[in-house]
Order: sequence, then C-alpha cells, then structure tokens
Amino acid sequence: MGLEREEYLRLDNKARELRKLIIDTVVWAGSGHVGGALSSIDILTLLYYKYMNIDVDNPGWEDRDRFILSKGHIGVGLAPVLADKGFFSKELLETYNHTGSSLGMHLDKNKVVGLDASTGSLGHGLPLSLGLGLSARLKGQSFKTYCLMGDGECDEGSVWEAAMAISHYKLTSVIPIVDRNRCMIDGRTSDVMTLEPFADKWRSFGFEVLEVDGHDLHSLSDAIETARMASVKPAVIIANTKKGCGVEFMTDDYRYHYAGFDVDKAEECRVEIDRYHEMRING
Amino acid sequence: MGGLNYTMLDTAKLSTAELYGKTLTDLAEDHPEIVGLTADLAKSTKIGVLGEKFPERLFNLGIAEQNLFGTAAGMALNGLVPFVSTFAIFTTMRALDQVHTDICYQNLNVKMIATHAGLSFGQAGSTHHCTEDLSIMRAMANCKVIAPADGMETALAVRAAYETPGPVYIRINRGFDQKVYDNMDYGFEIGKAVELHEGTDLTIIACGSAVWSAREAANVLEQVDGIRARVLDMHTIKPLDKEAVLSAVHDTRRIITVEDHNIVGGLGSAVAEVMAESGKACAFKRLGVPDTFSIIGLHEDLMAHYGYDINGILKTARELMGADFEEDNDWDDEI
Ligand SMILES: Cc1ncc(C[n+]2csc(CCOP(=O)(O)OP(=O)(O)O)c2C)c(N)n1
Repeated sequence: MGLEREEYLRLDNKARELRKLIIDTVVWAGSGHVGGALSSIDILTLLYYKYMNIDVDNPGWEDRDRFILSKGHIGVGLAPVLADKGFFSKELLETYNHTGSSLGMHLDKNKVVGLDASTGSLGHGLPLSLGLGLSARLKGQSFKTYCLMGDGECDEGSVWEAAMAISHYKLTSVIPIVDRNRCMIDGRTSDVMTLEPFADKWRSFGFEVLEVDGHDLHSLSDAIETARMASVKPAVIIANTKKGCGVEFMTDDYRYHYAGFDVDKAEECRVEIDRYHEMRING
Repeated sequence: MGGLNYTMLDTAKLSTAELYGKTLTDLAEDHPEIVGLTADLAKSTKIGVLGEKFPERLFNLGIAEQNLFGTAAGMALNGLVPFVSTFAIFTTMRALDQVHTDICYQNLNVKMIATHAGLSFGQAGSTHHCTEDLSIMRAMANCKVIAPADGMETALAVRAAYETPGPVYIRINRGFDQKVYDNMDYGFEIGKAVELHEGTDLTIIACGSAVWSAREAANVLEQVDGIRARVLDMHTIKPLDKEAVLSAVHDTRRIITVEDHNIVGGLGSAVAEVMAESGKACAFKRLGVPDTFSIIGLHEDLMAHYGYDINGILKTARELMGADFEEDNDWDDEI
C-alpha cells in the first residue's frame, strides 16, 4: 500500500515545515523538549493531516476523533500543529513559555483550543483514552482515540492497567501509538529500564502489534490504516523513531530530551531539516 | 531568553540543589546503609551525584513512581536508609498511597527529598507545579515535613533527616534559590524556627523560597516605614514550632504567613491552627497561591503575580499595620 507520491510529498513537506516550526517555538520559548517532539512529528503529521476527523471551526464537536498526547512534555511539538491547523494563530507560538501565556511547557486543555486533554504527568493518557473509548461506545459514537506515548513512559504501571482493560473491553476505537525512540531523560531506555521484549509485552496483553519505522510515512500510514480497521482485537503501533530526528547533531542523542538554542544554532537546525527531508524524498 | 546552547547535562550544573546531591554523597560515604532511588530524574533531582560515587547504591527504577516508593519501603524493611528523589508532585500525589501505607503507616526510615516544589518549575504548568504537598504530607502521621529556605539549609535538613529515625519529607525547589544563609552554624534543628530578623510590630512566618523575600521585606519595612517585623524561617512545617508561633502572637499580635504553596492546608493553616487553639486573637493573613491552578511563567513572576514576593509582603504588612487593636481593652485578660 503506502501513500500516493503526491500525497507523500504533501505530507513530507508538512512534516518539514512543522519540524522548522518546532525549532522556532523552542527559540521563542527559550528551551523545550525538542528531542521527543522531533521523534513524534511524523506521527502527528499523519494523524492531523490525513487521518483525524476534526473540524477546526468546531473544535468542541462531540464526534470528532480525539488525540491524547500522553507524552505531554512535547507541547512544543503539538502546539505548532494545532496553530498550523488553524485552531489558534501562529503568533501565539511566539509567546510560548512567557509569563501569563496560554502556552506553557505542558499544554492546558482549558487554555489551548483544539487540545483534547491536559497532560504532562506520564502514564495518564491511556486511561484517559480508555475512558473516552468506553464512553463513546456507550453513547453510540464512532470516533477514534489516538494516544501517543513515550517508550520510557511505558515504565508506568498505569499504562499496562489501561492496556489490560482496552483488551478486556475489545476497545478497538482506542489506538495506542508508542514513540519508540529508545531514549528517556537519564539515558537510553535499555540502560535505565529494560522494555524488551516490548512487542511481546503488548501481545501478551491482547494487542495486535504493528511495528514500523516511525519516520517512514508510507509504513506509518499503513499501520494507522490497519489499526483503524481493527474490529475484534485492539492494535498498538510501535513506531521505531529517533530522538531529535531531522537534525544530525541531535539524532538519537538522549541528552537532547530538552534543549535551548540561540539564533545561529536554530539556523543550523533549519538547514539540517532541509537536508534531512531532501534526502527523504529523494530516497 | 535565547543565547544559550545547552543540554540536560549542562542544566544539571547550574543548580544549587547540587548541594543536596553532595551532602547525600558525603553522608553515604560514612554510612553504608544509605541508598538512593529515583525514577528517571537522577540528573534533574541531583540524586545522580550519589551514583557517580557509588553506582551500585543508586537505583533508577525508570518512570515508575509507585514502584519507586514501594521499593524504598521494602529496602527500609531490611534496614537500609533509602533517600528517594523525584519531583514533589509525583512524590506526594502519584505515589501517595505507597507513601502513606508503605512508608508512613509502617513508620519506615525513608527520606523523601522532593524537588521542583511550589511554583519553582514555573513554565511547566500545573502538571509539574506542586502547591499541595505541604498540606498532604502534614496529614501523614509519623512523617516530618521540612521546607528549607536555601541550599545551605537543605544540606542541614538532609543531614538532620538522616539522624532522625522515621519518614521525613523535604521539599526543595528547582535549585535556583536566593541565598539566605552564609554558613551552616546557625543551629538548625528540626522543629525549631530560626529568627532572621527581630521585631515586635508584626511577625512574618515563612518557609522555603519565601524566607528570602520575607527577610528582604523586613529590611525595607524597617528602613522605609520604621516598622519592625520579626521574621521566622519556619523550615519545619511538622512538627511545627508552636512556641515560636505563640510568642509571635503574644509579642507582635500581627502575623503574616508566606509560602510557595496553596494557602489552603500548608504553613498558613498550620500556624492558624496553633493560633486558634491558643484562644488569643491576632491579625492574620496567609500569603501564597490563592487556591487556584497557577498561570505559567518564571517563578519570580508567579510569586509576584500572586502577591507573595517582596512587594506583596510589603503591601500586606502595611495593611496589617493599619489594623487597630489598641481599643481591644480585654486583650490582657484573654487566656
Ligand atoms: C509521572 C511522571 N514522571 C516523571 C516525569 C518527568 N519526565 C518528563 S519527560 C520524561 C521522560 C520521558 O521519556 P519518554 O516517555 O521515552 O518520552 P520521549 O523520549 O519520547 O520524550 C520524564 C521522566 C513526568 N512528566 N511524569
């Protein structure tokens, strides 16, 4: 399957724009969780620019698909997407982290239009998604709930408590996506806390596991498509990604979990991002 | 902002909370039963310093706070002295059942050194602010609760916590605190307030980062207004120094409490309880976060926004000085 060339180029270009907007936002904010934002951005691009059924003019539409940013620390990754979609003006991004701004490190549902939940404490997103899914079933709604988690986040017991219940209730409307960048704050996940055999853990909890390259829009798109079609057994997408993806000096380096840049460094990032995306579209 | 290129590793160097890591490592050198535990926040909380010296005695349990505190309790059951560090909010809210049942109820010798308390993680928002912990931890029987004023006092509190059997909760900030103490020889003692400024007109009782602001405000009040304010560094919220509160009630009859915490349930409430039970009236005002989820921003901006920075304290002190008690002829007859 995969994406048609034209659509692929449209999405890839969007991901490129968003990567740059993330860098801009980090500069405006003074600093931010840039590594995990860049590892997730291809996933966000596919969800927000291809799959999610949302209405920018009616952000509170009850039957919209939901997106729960369980790895809530990448506000600098999601806010640019919401602004670019048109939920609020891009100028607002320039106030990011400034005292009194509606945009802080972890986004607040009551202040940010288009945001489905306030997150930032890890391990909360999947239970929230479970609640959204069960309530949708009860109310006869057919929307999907996409829940993006970090791999380090999967150390939290609450993730597995929710996973058990999603599987118990055969709640296929909830689609957990794990950004498997193999990094957390204190180091690589394999050094801090072993997750492997990670896919088998999800399998043993009753999930169909779709393991893909999280920066390959084709296979990522196929995985989302398959997960959306699941009707009996819930599916989880394990997206193998790289922290800081798109900027060479950050790529796969856990120390770029959180960073700040001056103007020159930010420009270096933008040049890198162009280089990376040129390479990507030219194969 | 901007103009800075840094990574997690570099920010680790900026913090004065490093004193905590250093103190703990020094203690661990002399006491092999000390171990450290964290949940993917070794660098952010500075407990990682212990691991540089004694890698086998620092346990990083991944992002799993409930397991973190349960594990610490298990180690304490077997005679070790665990120091546990994660952010204050995850200590007192995510893992509260473990803290309550495994640690406090069993009266285990676990030291909880919680960082990023109050609004010190200003831009991170309410998922990372922690303005409820003093209230929560004060309600845990067996547990001592300490909010040191600066790095120096943190070092002293950590040492005192080791020497005090049973659960101790110490809340510290992100580490960028103003310095209150120049040395460690001022006689720090758990449960004993430190008088930082003499006065008989009113008393400002503060803890944590508010102590510095309180002392600065007292200096201004003395120089500009001729008001003599007593300043108490009430580093221990529990057990509270009741005598210090009662003398303040008696000697100054005006009390302001200042804390980087919700005004509900923390230092202000603790002081109010003592005061109310004494039966003595007193003009009284609690400063802190006014029972709201805070806006985001720089820590100092937020303290100013909610009126508990130096200016906020000055304003309240001046208002309180206007409160007139002289007509209360019965004062001396009261209990
Ligand atoms: C409950 C909880 N514990 C700790 C933290 C602090 N924290 C923020 S991000 C992070 C690491 C997250 O790693 P991961 O989930 O792998 O995210 P990614 O690498 O994709 O950014 C930690 C420990 C938190 N936000 N919530």
